[in-house]
Amino acid sequence: MSFINYASREINCKIVYYGPGLCGKTTNLQFIYNKTAQEAKGKMISLATETERTLFFDFLPLALGEIRGFKTRFHLYTVPGQVFYDASRKLILKGVDGVVFVADSQEERLDANIESLENLKDNLEEQGYQLEKLPFIIQYNKRDLPNCTPVEELRKLLNPEGVPDLEACATSGEGIFETLKMVAKLVLIDLKKGG
Amino acid sequence: MLGPQSSLVMYDEEYKRIMVLIEKLIRESNSKVIFLVDKNGQLIAATGETEHLDTTSLASLTAGNIAATGGLAKLIGEKEFSILFHEGEKDNIHISIIGGRVILVVIFDERSSLGLVRLRVKKASKELEVVFDDLARKSESHAESPGVDSPFAEITDDDIDNLFN
Ligand SMILES: Nc1nc2c(ncn2[C@@H]2O[C@H](COP(=O)(O)OP(=O)(O)OP(=O)(O)O)[C@@H](O)[C@H]2O)c(=O)[nH]1
Ligand SMILES: [Mg+2]
Repeated sequence: MSFINYASREINCKIVYYGPGLCGKTTNLQFIYNKTAQEAKGKMISLATETERTLFFDFLPLALGEIRGFKTRFHLYTVPGQVFYDASRKLILKGVDGVVFVADSQEERLDANIESLENLKDNLEEQGYQLEKLPFIIQYNKRDLPNCTPVEELRKLLNPEGVPDLEACATSGEGIFETLKMVAKLVLIDLKKGG
Repeated sequence: MLGPQSSLVMYDEEYKRIMVLIEKLIRESNSKVIFLVDKNGQLIAATGETEHLDTTSLASLTAGNIAATGGLAKLIGEKEFSILFHEGEKDNIHISIIGGRVILVVIFDERSSLGLVRLRVKKASKELEVVFDDLARKSESHAESPGVDSPFAEITDDDIDNLFN
């Protein structure tokens, strides 16, 4: 749910990074944070366990620039991927404008990806959203690892609808800004349609 | 009230009315900082000693806090905890919900008291609720004629691409 503020001439949108535990959601945000100019970003907040697993959410506010005299701000959130944090995931999805599903490309995480994607659909539906109607993209992360499932196979399993998708490596940063740009663009196009 | 999926819209007129109300509240309650946050974590308005405060982070964490306690409430069969209070060594935070959708946060120290804050918040909430109702009505009627004054009706692919350069 975007927030259009005519008083301050700002538009705020919420993007959520979703995916199984350890797939690299937090690393996505950390890379964006580290590579963004000071004046374009706010503080990154990570509510995490002592072992750096996301406990509630990560939050990174970004100011991208102006469109037609309106400052566009994107609020990036990650959910906790571990299965037992489902209640928290539901809360983070409230008011979402766009979703990035971060898949873990490693073979042994195939089932975890499928389960997490199902969980995303269930949780959205519970709040009256439909994934098909939301700006939604898929990122195949950890492409640098040797035990990766081929992208074609991942696509068949995770992306039968053919939503925009791309490969990435969150630790080196490959594909990370491309991901953000891809989803931000879909969100803005959605706004234009009056969504 | 607005549905869960419609965008929140703020117009100049209502923004001014809101500012008048929270400025009055901060005076009458002797508090330090007041801000209003949408339940999704977007900052709507702020007043008081905000220069050294990261209001964006505050807004997001407040919404997370309300969401989490709302989840707790549901689990024990409550509708929602409409007031939260956190007591610190110097500063205290009073959080309440207005009209089911907007969160009002009041930060105060020993110059005020919980009793006073509670009293003033109660009165201000009623007045703020009226403004947010008006706002909901207004944005609903605007939504029926989409594009008329939306700054986004005419954006082009180039506009969007330019954002990232
Ligand atoms: N080799 C490699 N490791 C990665 C990549 N992306 C993330 N990692 C590592 O995977 C681990 C988990 O990353 P996080 O970003 O914390 O994962 P998460 O999805 O936030 O996990 P939860 O918070 O539990 O949901 C870290 O050790 C990262 O360094 C990648 O592209 N390649
Ligand atoms: Mg994480």
